[in-house]
Amino acid sequence: MSATIVSLPDQSTARIPKMNYLSKENGLLSWLLTGDHKRIAILYLISITFFFFIGGALAGLIRLELLTPQSDLMATDTYNKVFTMHGVVMIFLFLVPSVPATLGNFFIPMMIGAKDLALPKVNLLSWYLYVVGGILVLVTMITGGVDTGWTFTTPLSTHYVNTNVLSTGLAVFIAGFSSIFTGLNFIVTIHKMRAPGMTWFRMPLFVWAHYAASILMVLGTPVLAIAIVLLALERTIGIGVFDPTKGGDPLLFQHLFWFYSHPAVYIMILPGMGVISEVISTFSRKRVFGYTAVAFSSVAIAVFGFFVWAHHMFIMGVSNYAVLVFSLLTMLVAVPSAIKIFNWVFTLYKGSITFETPMLYSFGFMGLFTIGGLTGVFLGASGTDIHLTETYFIVAHFHFVMVGGMLMAFLSGIHFWWPKMTGRMYPEKLSQLAALITFIGFNFTFFPQFILGVLGMPRRYASYPPEFQILNVFSTAGATILGVGYMLPVLYLTWSLKYGAIAGNNPWQATGLEWQTQSPPLTENFTKMPIMDHEAYDYEWLAKQQEKEVASVG
Amino acid sequence: MSEHNEQAHHIVGPKVYVIIFFALLLGTGLTVWASFLELGLWNPVIALAIATGKAMLVVLFFMQVKYSTKLTKLTVFAGIFMFLTLVGMTLADYFTRAWGQW
Amino acid sequence: MSDSPAIAHVAEDAVLDEHPSYLRHHFNSTEQQADTANFAMWLFLVTEVMFFGGLFTAYLIYRNWYYPAFVVASHQLNVGWGTANTAVLICSSFTMAMGVWCAETRRRKGLVLCLTLTFILGLVFLGIKGIEYSEKIEKHHVPGFHYSLQSFVDPASDPDIAQYHDKPLALDMARHTELYFSLYFAMTGMHALHMIIGIGILGFMIFRARAGAYTSGHVTFVENFGLYWHFVDIIWIYLFALLYLISRHQ
Repeated sequence: MSATIVSLPDQSTARIPKMNYLSKENGLLSWLLTGDHKRIAILYLISITFFFFIGGALAGLIRLELLTPQSDLMATDTYNKVFTMHGVVMIFLFLVPSVPATLGNFFIPMMIGAKDLALPKVNLLSWYLYVVGGILVLVTMITGGVDTGWTFTTPLSTHYVNTNVLSTGLAVFIAGFSSIFTGLNFIVTIHKMRAPGMTWFRMPLFVWAHYAASILMVLGTPVLAIAIVLLALERTIGIGVFDPTKGGDPLLFQHLFWFYSHPAVYIMILPGMGVISEVISTFSRKRVFGYTAVAFSSVAIAVFGFFVWAHHMFIMGVSNYAVLVFSLLTMLVAVPSAIKIFNWVFTLYKGSITFETPMLYSFGFMGLFTIGGLTGVFLGASGTDIHLTETYFIVAHFHFVMVGGMLMAFLSGIHFWWPKMTGRMYPEKLSQLAALITFIGFNFTFFPQFILGVLGMPRRYASYPPEFQILNVFSTAGATILGVGYMLPVLYLTWSLKYGAIAGNNPWQATGLEWQTQSPPLTENFTKMPIMDHEAYDYEWLAKQQEKEVASVG
Repeated sequence: MSEHNEQAHHIVGPKVYVIIFFALLLGTGLTVWASFLELGLWNPVIALAIATGKAMLVVLFFMQVKYSTKLTKLTVFAGIFMFLTLVGMTLADYFTRAWGQW
Repeated sequence: MSDSPAIAHVAEDAVLDEHPSYLRHHFNSTEQQADTANFAMWLFLVTEVMFFGGLFTAYLIYRNWYYPAFVVASHQLNVGWGTANTAVLICSSFTMAMGVWCAETRRRKGLVLCLTLTFILGLVFLGIKGIEYSEKIEKHHVPGFHYSLQSFVDPASDPDIAQYHDKPLALDMARHTELYFSLYFAMTGMHALHMIIGIGILGFMIFRARAGAYTSGHVTFVENFGLYWHFVDIIWIYLFALLYLISRHQ
């Protein structure tokens, strides 16, 4: 891997720019009361990393328990709490805000040539709501946890457990509003704050992806909110909406819950797909193939994503007609995702490909998300779903798309934009090694789970038949490797803040307005309002700029 | 490029508001009267139709959507569409449960 | 270090004509700012539509399943009070719209009057709601709190609904009236919560309006609050039709 497009300034004379968004003001209050979208993004980055490791620790406990067929590390009730909290933390406190709240917050205004998001105070409010929700989850964990599964299925959660359902519900309710306000902010910003010349079809695909995800956040999350309200009323007063003895239908909760939670998976993955578009283009020095198709497929995923939620309920008692309709629609929703994969592959074709760390993570994404997505199609077919649902096949499926897909995309994006956010480069060899370790660890952890699922091992069980042990041991071994792979970036990225090479404006020689300013950026992003007069991913334009730069700096 | 805010230029006057106000009161009286009639399956249809008519008057005139940008109209439509999707597709499950194994 | 020459295509600084104090620095013009705020409020209202949507979904399902129970239970709601409340909210929407017009045409006293009337009408609505709720509490029609089936298994014993000549419900269908009241309280309660928040904001606005904050060209707050208020009115329009007017004939 000798070829690289990295272009750094002369390290002997390069300095971090004195005036930037980090140095502008000092003191805790300047951070806690900031309106600067970049500072809020950093606040989010720190908090979601914290919750990621909490969720990861819980995952470690799960895998440790599953080393042996018996439920011998912890009581089964405790195991129920561990996997529930793992799901709640990873989904609501990590995956949903991961790319949007960090990279989206930081870069959407810069990519469209704006000075900030449309509603800076609402942005800060979003972060506080997230923190409150997160603290409430921690308090719930410490005071006994909740054991219903992150899906809070009724009537278990309303009538049969005495764990902290209400406080977890409240935490999710609050975190949900954080998500709603972030999505609202993005939609308004993208519509109203684009710089002159920045038409819809000149925006980076990262922005399109966030626009689509934001529509899902705004339209879907309120339904989760009302589902939680009704859950709380059922659990406390016993209003009867989910209680069969009073004429209610437990399935109604699932309808309302999954009406959000299915679009939620697209909320989680779309921003990651946006990252992949940027990274693949930059590291193959080519505009994304079929820009329009990729842009529209993001919106198509968002729209179709609203019509398929009952595929999570095939065995729960919905009508056969509903099973038919939702299964058919689920087949359709896979198409736009596939279009993206094809377009990324065609972007690579005849590109000048280099293998810097963000690109390695993106390759990992493309392979693992494809596998995860295809297994989703198996599950969308109601016939196979009847056998595979509630087994480890499902667990493997969503971990392939969420961890092999989304988490890799998140890491790809963090590495890609780290130089811009901090002005520093991370150590390349170490980061490539970490990416490789992550990929290997991931496959060892989750591929055996597909097999376990097909063999019939149920999910959410602390004990299992002894013949499944060998695959579980493989999986746990892989999880250990995976843990190492995730720890490394925390260490070397933190190290790079002080000792990393100075990045300069555009170490990757990327197009995109954010790369045409200093690293780290100024608080107001641009000294003068930019005018966009070229298409997205225009590498010829970039080459001309660099010629001019050489000519003028002399 | 900021889109022109038509609302800043088009001020809806009291005359329109008064007309809509009386139309809304009329609609209210109408719907109450209709609920006391025996119309079988049509009762809920009429009630919802009048309610929707009233809602449309509020949306178009009090909320000035008639004079708003395409974006505002699209946003309103998106909200209604999503609401109908939620209700419609959920009810589709409930209404078809009686069909059995077909 | 300023932007690299790579952004050679930047515009010269546009000369900004009067820079009103309320123009936030990340906007280029007051028009853009007002436009943005308006769009943001509409998006927020869309989230509210989806929020209430879950409740309406639940209602429609159970009304379909337990129609007789819903009919008899709905007779416990006083159509007079309900109609009055609907009229009150329609009036308040009218006064709110007039308030927006006053703000747009810089009529400070008119705006204060309109906002105050809206405020009072909002309180009247809540007052009537309070009367209705207390009636329900008295008759033990609050789910989960000693809920009584008396009026439904033996309608003749309840003078309030004598005019409807309801037939007694079978016991299991009578039990489903509790679902009706659950949804009644959840939906009207959620609506009332939104009214309370709105009235609170109105109070703040009256205070600011008297100081002339909204009648010097910066009408965004009043306009956008108006949208919120009208939305809450629309929710009630549907609640009234669905909860009160199921079937009052006979």
